Order: sequence, then structure tokens, then C-alpha cells
Amino acid sequence: MKYAYYPGCSLRGTGRAYEESLLAVFRALDVEIEEIEDWNCCGATTYMSVDELTSYALAGRNLALAEQKHSEIIAPCAACYLVLNKTQHYIRDYPDIRTVVNRALDTIGLKYCDKVRVRHPLDVLLNDVKPETIAAKVKVPLNGLKIAPYYGCQIVRPYSTFDDQGNPTSMERLLEACGAKSVHYPLKTTCCGGSQKGTLPEVGLDLIHYLLSEAQRNGAEVITTVCPLCQFNLESFQKEAGDRHHPTTMPVLYFSQLLALALGAPADTIGLQRGFVPIKPVFANKEIAYA
Amino acid sequence: MPETSGFSGPEAVRVGFYVCHCGTNIAGTVDVKALAEYAGRLPRVAVSRDYKYMCSDPGQALIEQDIADHKLNRVVVASCSPLLHEATFRRALGRAGLNPFLLQMVNIREHVSWVHLDKKAATEKAQDLVRAAVQRVALHKPLQKRRVDINPSVLVVGGGIAGIHAALTLADAGKQVYLVEREPTIGGHMAMFDKTFPTLDCAACILTPKMTAVGSHPNIKLWTYSEVVKVDGYVGNYKVQVKHKPRYVIDELCIGCQECITACVYKEGKTPDEFNLGLSKRKPVYLPFPQAVPQKVVIDRETCIEFKSGKCKKTCIEACGDRLAIDFKQKETFDEIEIGAIILATGFKTFDPERSPNCGYGRYQNVYTSLEVERLINASGPTAGEVILRDGKKPESVGIIHCIGSRDANTNRWCSKVCCMYSLKLAHLIKEHTGAHVYNFYIDMRTPGKGYEEFYDRLLDEGVHFVRGRVADVSDWAVHPSEVGKLVIRAEDTLAGFVRRIPVDMVVLSVGLEPQADAQDVRRLFNISCAAEGWFLERHPKLAPVSTFTEGVFIAGACQGPKDIPESVAQAGAAAAEALALIDAKSVELEPYTASILEEECSGCKSCIPLCPYQAIAFVDEKKKAYINEVLCKGCGTCVAGCPSGSIKQNFFEDEEIFEEIEGVLTYA
Amino acid sequence: MELKRTIKFEADRDPEFARWISHTVGGERIRHCLQCGLCSGKCPLSLYMDYTPRRLMHLSREGFKEEVLGSSSIWLCTACYACMVNCPKSINVTHLLYALKQRAIEEKRYPRGFAIPVMARQFSDMVRGSGRITESWLIVKVFLRTSIWRLMGMSGLGLKLLRTGRMPLMRDRIERRADVQKLLDSVAATRKELAI
Repeated sequence: MKYAYYPGCSLRGTGRAYEESLLAVFRALDVEIEEIEDWNCCGATTYMSVDELTSYALAGRNLALAEQKHSEIIAPCAACYLVLNKTQHYIRDYPDIRTVVNRALDTIGLKYCDKVRVRHPLDVLLNDVKPETIAAKVKVPLNGLKIAPYYGCQIVRPYSTFDDQGNPTSMERLLEACGAKSVHYPLKTTCCGGSQKGTLPEVGLDLIHYLLSEAQRNGAEVITTVCPLCQFNLESFQKEAGDRHHPTTMPVLYFSQLLALALGAPADTIGLQRGFVPIKPVFANKEIAYA
Repeated sequence: MPETSGFSGPEAVRVGFYVCHCGTNIAGTVDVKALAEYAGRLPRVAVSRDYKYMCSDPGQALIEQDIADHKLNRVVVASCSPLLHEATFRRALGRAGLNPFLLQMVNIREHVSWVHLDKKAATEKAQDLVRAAVQRVALHKPLQKRRVDINPSVLVVGGGIAGIHAALTLADAGKQVYLVEREPTIGGHMAMFDKTFPTLDCAACILTPKMTAVGSHPNIKLWTYSEVVKVDGYVGNYKVQVKHKPRYVIDELCIGCQECITACVYKEGKTPDEFNLGLSKRKPVYLPFPQAVPQKVVIDRETCIEFKSGKCKKTCIEACGDRLAIDFKQKETFDEIEIGAIILATGFKTFDPERSPNCGYGRYQNVYTSLEVERLINASGPTAGEVILRDGKKPESVGIIHCIGSRDANTNRWCSKVCCMYSLKLAHLIKEHTGAHVYNFYIDMRTPGKGYEEFYDRLLDEGVHFVRGRVADVSDWAVHPSEVGKLVIRAEDTLAGFVRRIPVDMVVLSVGLEPQADAQDVRRLFNISCAAEGWFLERHPKLAPVSTFTEGVFIAGACQGPKDIPESVAQAGAAAAEALALIDAKSVELEPYTASILEEECSGCKSCIPLCPYQAIAFVDEKKKAYINEVLCKGCGTCVAGCPSGSIKQNFFEDEEIFEEIEGVLTYA
Repeated sequence: MELKRTIKFEADRDPEFARWISHTVGGERIRHCLQCGLCSGKCPLSLYMDYTPRRLMHLSREGFKEEVLGSSSIWLCTACYACMVNCPKSINVTHLLYALKQRAIEEKRYPRGFAIPVMARQFSDMVRGSGRITESWLIVKVFLRTSIWRLMGMSGLGLKLLRTGRMPLMRDRIERRADVQKLLDSVAATRKELAI
């Protein structure tokens, strides 16, 4: 089955390594995808704060476009995943919203019939491909690399159907299938602050600091993420966050980058060079054969 | 009861019609005078009256007088639901010499005046219903209630405090009681507690006298390690099959000396002890707790080497010596008993906090449930009464979190009623045992019972910190240096107005009460219902809390809903009293709504037999016809509807009666 | 020592605001809030808020509009949903915060040059114009309007992003940009018609 693929704006910018590595993972595992043609921005949390009704219509356009050819959409970006899911739920539950969206789509010649399912790559890899299949295809075992699995908030709450909301474990299960080891990380679903680092810096920095120091305290060698903004927040301000208390140098990768590496994807598709905190020393230490 | 039926065909039918105002309940919406007038014009109606309160004495007297004066032989009363006063009016007919079943009720309150606002339409609807009833009642036949004897023995299921109290009450009244308990000992949850609120009585001290009384009472047959497997029959005449699980110890010979336990080849226990909730280990041969009744050991076949390999030295048998009480060949046995009434006192289970990941149970080792802490505090528990952490150290600070698994749309919506009180009790006991700082995190402090608010007052004096705020998280994430190595509880102190982080060594979860895991299976076995949340359903939440919709089956204690010990005991007494009322009446009348087979028309197809939920239909081979046992039949009507040749008829609901009623409703006046 | 009278009279309540919050999408159950405080306890931002989420619920349903729309809480909320999924009364706390944020932006209840509404405006303008967001341009636009100094301070980060290929300078646009405008116009029209 071919999945519709909805990258979202961030995956072309700060989240470039996410897209590169994820596509490499899909290639290695024969997951067929097709990018939604002429997709538009989902609106994320920001548009939702300004004008909710319009953001449902904008997100609705993508759902309708995907529905034309596919029954399932893969949305890697956490915010997009949330907004698309929320749009589906609210269209179902509130007749007024349904009317607004349907009419709006009608004016541009589209129709949304609630026939498409929005899925996260973790969901697809865990439930469609399955960890055993991935384990069998591992070419570069991760040799007990200690990961702090950081889910953030948006893929876990409120619409996650593929993992436990209080204590998700899908990332651990996938990465442990490749030989990594996850550490105890009580903050795995605590918000990183999102765009607060930009708008209310002291607040944002505090949140980032706790996430980093807790990972370090529990012995993690790398933090793995699913969201471009989380990844950016966690790796870009380590010195500022660290200056306050202790220095922290913690590589922050997308889970797909580790998966791609483990599956033997070519080095230029994993995007390791795009991170701000060097990961190669960690790999060397663990004797992980990066290319 | 003297009775004249006085009918010999429809022409001789004389109907008396009565419509009740019910104050303004009915008369406020239905034009009762017009209705009486309308009914008076219907064929065969000899008398038609309206009256303010038909169920009152003068109202009933009206009917009785009319029956005599106007030679009525049928009565129709339009009033409230038959559930309320059908029996009242039937008795009135009986007193006047008419068969009580020559009455038809019309519900113009719950079905008309209480559900419609349009007076004109409501009155018209009432007219339709009255017309239908008048047509139907002409075809009513006199019926006889059947009287059956009641067996004076009682079965009590569940040996917790409620079951124990019910059994003792009934036994003291001279009745034979069978008390069936599935654990090896009676005592239930109360036996696990250390002290009880609000008096701080030692639970075992007040419970064990009752337990030993049960064990030695001549009128109580105590069957522990047993379960009910089959229930047949009906009120006053139940046949119950009880399975006795093998202890591998002969009851009559074991004296409870426990030498076998000491001598067991296991030097120390390896199996998590159920009574201590896994906080300690037991051997395969064990006594659940020191004051167990009966004082007989049990051998667990799952963990005993003899059962696994057949090659054990069996030092237990050696230690038992010439008492010869151990028998590895014991099999499960069955008993069939005949009883008149059943009391279910099967209790509750505690909420499993693994369902609430926020509270950290299972993730952090020093997070305990309240019941586990009760065992720690108890002197005969796994730590001899020491409240200590998993590593043996004494806690310097303890957080008690209320409402775990209660008052929560994500787990259980209800309030479990007892947790605030037991949380206060635990706060007191923990402070007493450890001198630690104790914090209680609550939302509301629910202390409604006698002496309960005063108990709260006492706690307020003892220096326990009370923080009003539902706890959001328990985790080992440390922000402040004082938090390192501790469990941090994060909650908003709503009374102060800000969020607090409180590091503690030990977290106690005040888990809520839930129905037992097999409540649905049990209720099916005894043919009663469960409420939506899974508790056994009482007949009426206000006025009939211990009886059920099944005659002869009563419920008592926490199986009916969360409650504390005084309430459980009160309900047990109430259930025993109602059972006694049933038994001492010596016989019970069965409603005559039974079905019967018209033999000439039965084709012997056997379709009806599997349809009966009460197994009341049998096949008579010699005649090749079905036969309904009237005494077992509950009149549900399933076989009547299911019979392909229409050869089953049901008293009071015969085809002609129903067709007349339908015609009456559908005809335009 | 500054003394301030804090008693509230019924005239201080705004019944329209109370009614609006109960009827807004997600506010259906606000009357069920029993002020347990779990939302505030869960919220990672509540420690910075002047009115915790729990207090906002009660203040809103009682109609204390000034306190609510003037609070810092509505700007601090990151919509992480931790409050909502754990609420024992199934109250849609996050959505109510969104509604309050929207209303505050509508009524311009924020200090001049406050970054969040500026970000919101620039974001939505960019989506309307191009159909997609180009992060680099968005950040520049926001900080030009709020704090040029901070923008300069971020230049190091900007260079890093540029170097690692994570900051495309070309504006990302969709092909059918007119579609976006049509969508917006339609929503505005239907909204007016349905009076929502």
C-alpha cells in the first residue's frame, strides 16, 4: 500500500535531517510513499491561536488532497500530526465546523469524506513494518547506545492511538530492535516549550535545561526526538541552558537518523552533519560503524 | 379467600372503572372527569368514577362497595404504574370477594401525565389506553397464586465482615447457614487492616471473635476454599452446587500446629504471599495469616515440588506424624444443598494503580498502595509492623495521595467513600510508627460518618501537612538539590494558589474500590443484575438497598457499592433480617403469570426448550410433547412467542387478551 | 505598604463573557470543574503563570473577564495538552486556553511589541500569502517588529543553520495560492452566515 506523505514546512527547513533520514528508512524497509501534491501549511499551533476555524479549513485541504489517491497519510512532524488529527475529530464532532470546512473545500473543487487516516511514522514502523522485520535488516547494530527517548507532547496527546499517553514506548521498542538501550527518562512527554524560547526566552530556557540535565543525569548518550521544534530547541541552546547550572553537551537526533544508520543507509542520507552537537565521538566510543 | 367469579361469557361482564386524580399529578394534565365520563359510555362499563386518591382507604372502599352494590365482575383502575399499587387494588378485589386477577391497571401517570404537556392530547391518549383496558379486562380469567414452601436454610456467599455478620445473625436465629468463601480462610479485607477508623480499634481484635464464632457455631456450615458453581430453582427452593477445592489437607484431622510449614523442604518462602500482597514470600504449604479460620493449612499445587516432579522428600508428612492430615491425592469434591434464600457478600477489589501511570506505581519502587502499607503497619505483616522502604530504611517523609482511581473520568467516575477516612488513619499510623513528615494530598475531605469529622479534627492537631490539590505527577526528576534521590510529588496547592513540588521518601496511593473482577460472572450465576458501573444492583437505591430484583437473593456489603465497615455490617444485618422475614413466612406465593403447553396442539418440535432462561421446559418422551414446570416458570413469555405452532399460552397474557387490547388502542373513538 | 481593595461585586462580573466561554467549542463542561488543580499540577508552564489554569477555569465561568484576558497564562500556554488528557472531569482545558488567546488577540489585550501576537500575525499572513511557511523569513519578520537586538543576538545561530543547510533562503510557495485565498473568503462568509 502506498501512503500519502505530508512533510510539513519544518521538514524543509530546520528539520531537514528528519526528512532525509526518514525517507532513507522508508526506502530501506520498502515503505512506499507519495508526497501530497501541492500541500499547504497545516497552520500548526500558531494559526490555531489566531483563527481556529480557518486553520481547520487549511488543514482540511491537505486531508482532501490526500484522500483523492490514498487511504492513509504519514505526517512525521508532530505539530502537523496533531493538527490533522484534531481537524478530523472536530469536523466529526461539531456540525458547524463541518459545514464551514466542507463549503470552503467546495469552493476550490475539493471534497473531504473522512476516509483517510492520519498516521505517525512511529506508528507505521511499529505496527505495519514491525520491530522484528527491522531487527532482521539491521546492518550497523547500535551496540547498546544509551538513548533518552523524548516524545514531547504533540504525538502523544491528545490523539495518540498507537501508544500509551502516560508512558509511551514505541521509540524505545524500535530503537532497541536495532541494538540501542533506553534509559529511564521521566520527562519523556514533558513539553519543551515549543516556540516559547523565541517569545518568552527565560521560560523556554528553563524547560530546555530540565530536559537536557535529566537526560544527562540518567546516563543518556543521545536524546532522540520526533519533532523538529523539540530537536531544534534541545540542541541549539545547550550552552545557555548549561551556563546556569552545569555544562551539557548532548547530541540530539531524530529517531529516524539512528534507524537509518542502523539499516545501513548511505551516509549522505542520514543528515548527521546537520546537527549542532557532534555525534561522531559518541559513535566512535560505542564502536558504531558510521560511514 | 372467598371468591365469586360470576362470569359465564362476555355478555355477563360488568366493569367498574376508576380514574385517580393522584392529587394534581394526573389531574393536572389529564381531564379526569371527562375520562370518567368517557369510560362510563363504553360497552359493559356499569360504574365509572373519578376520585382524588384511589390508593387510599376510602378509595379502595369505593371499589369494594361498588362490587357489592353493582355486582361488578371486572375492575379497571386508571392511575399510576402497576408497580406501585396493582397489589393494593388486587387485595381490594379479594376483600370484596372477586378473584384479584380480574383487575386491569392503566398507567396514565408515568405513561401520560408525567411525559406530556399538551392536555388535550394527553386526555385523548388516556382515553385510548382506557378503552383498550376495558376491552381487555372482559377476557380476564380468574387465576390462582401458587404457594410453595420455603426451605429455612440460607446460603451466604463471601466470608468477609458482611458475610460473617449475616451468617451469625441467621445462625443465632436458629437457621441453618452455609457460608461459602473462596479463600482458604474467612475474614476478607478487614483481616488485612491494622486499625479501623475512627476509633483506631485493632481490626483483628474486633474481627477474630466474630470469625471464631462462625467457626464454632453449630448452625453454620463453614466451607472455605470453596465456590458456588451452579444455582437452580427459585425463591424458597434453591438447589446450589458448591465445589470444594482441594487443600491436600484433611480438614477433620489438621489441628493447625503448622509443623509441616516449618519442616517444608523450602527453607524459606519463594512464592509471593497473597495476603501480604507480594511484600513477603511464603512456602507452598502455608496458613494465610495467624488467626485464620479455619486453622488449617493449605498446600498450593502450583508451587509444591511434589506436584511438579513427584519426587519431594515430603518432610511435611513426616512432621505431621501420626495425625496423618496431609493427603496429596485429594480431589475436588462437590456438595449439593437445598436452601431458601441467598445472601451475596462478595466484597470489592482495590483499584490497580498501574492503570494510572502518573502515580508512578510499578515504575518507582517506593510507591505503595494503601493496602500494602496497611500490611507493613500490621504487626503480623511482612515487616513485623515496621514501616520501611524497600531498602530497609525508615522514611523521613511520606506523601499520601487521595483519589487514585476515583472521581476520575479516565479511570472510575465514582467516589470510593472510604479513602479519605483511611488516608487520615494511615497518616496517623505512619506518623506514629516513623515520626516522618506526612503530607496528605486531597481534593475534598469526605468525612460523613459518626465520629468521622472529629477524627479529622484529631489529625489536624497532629501536624500532618494537608495540601488540597489533585496530584499531577510522581517522579524522581529532581530540580532542587533537596529533591535528589527522592520521589517528587507535583501538585497545585489550590488553597495557597501556587504549584508545589514536595520530595518524599515514600508515596502511598489511596486506591479506590472497584467491583470484584468476576462480578459479572457471579451475578449471572445468581441471576441478578449489575449496575452500569459493575456493582450488584439493589432493588431500590433508597428503600431497598439489600434486596435484588430476584426474589430470595439479597446483597450486602461492598459488593453493592463502596462502603465502610459499619455500613457493611448494617447491610448484612438488614439482609439477614429480610431473609428471615422470607423464611419465617414459611411459604411464598408465586405469581400466576406462568405459561403452559396446549398438549393437543404441541407438535413436539422442541423449539421452546432451549429458549427458556430458567430451564423450566422439559420434553416428555412418552407423549412426545413439551411440558412446562409451572413452579420454575417466571412468565417471561419467550417460549410463548417462540413456539412455531402457537401452542403455548400464558396466563394473563393470552393471545385474545392482547389482541383486544391492541384493537382497543387502535380504534378511533 | 500598598493596600488594594480586592472585593468583587456582582457588577464586576461580565455575564456575556461567562456565557461565551460556556458555549465556545470545548467549553461545554466548564461548569463541571471541581477545582481539583490537576491541570495546574500537570502544566509545565503553570509555575510562571499569574493565574494557574485551574483559576482561569473558575474565573472564566464566573465572568471575571479583566483578570482572565489580562493574565499571563494565556500567552504562556504551549498547548501541550497535558492538562486536558488528565482532567478527571474531561474538561477541554487546552481548547479553552486557545479560545482565550484568540479573544485576547481579537481585543488587542497585550502590550505593544509583544512577540506572541506578532508571531501569530506574521505566521498567518505568510500562510495566506504563500501557502507555506519559510522559517527563516518568519523569524526575521517577527524579530524586526519586536526586538532587533535579539535578532542580532541570534545571528550566530542563524549562521549555523545556514551552514548545515537547514535555512533555505528561497521562499517556499504552493502552486495554487489563489486556493488559499478562496478558502479564507469562504470561511469568512460561512462564519458570518452561521453567526459563529
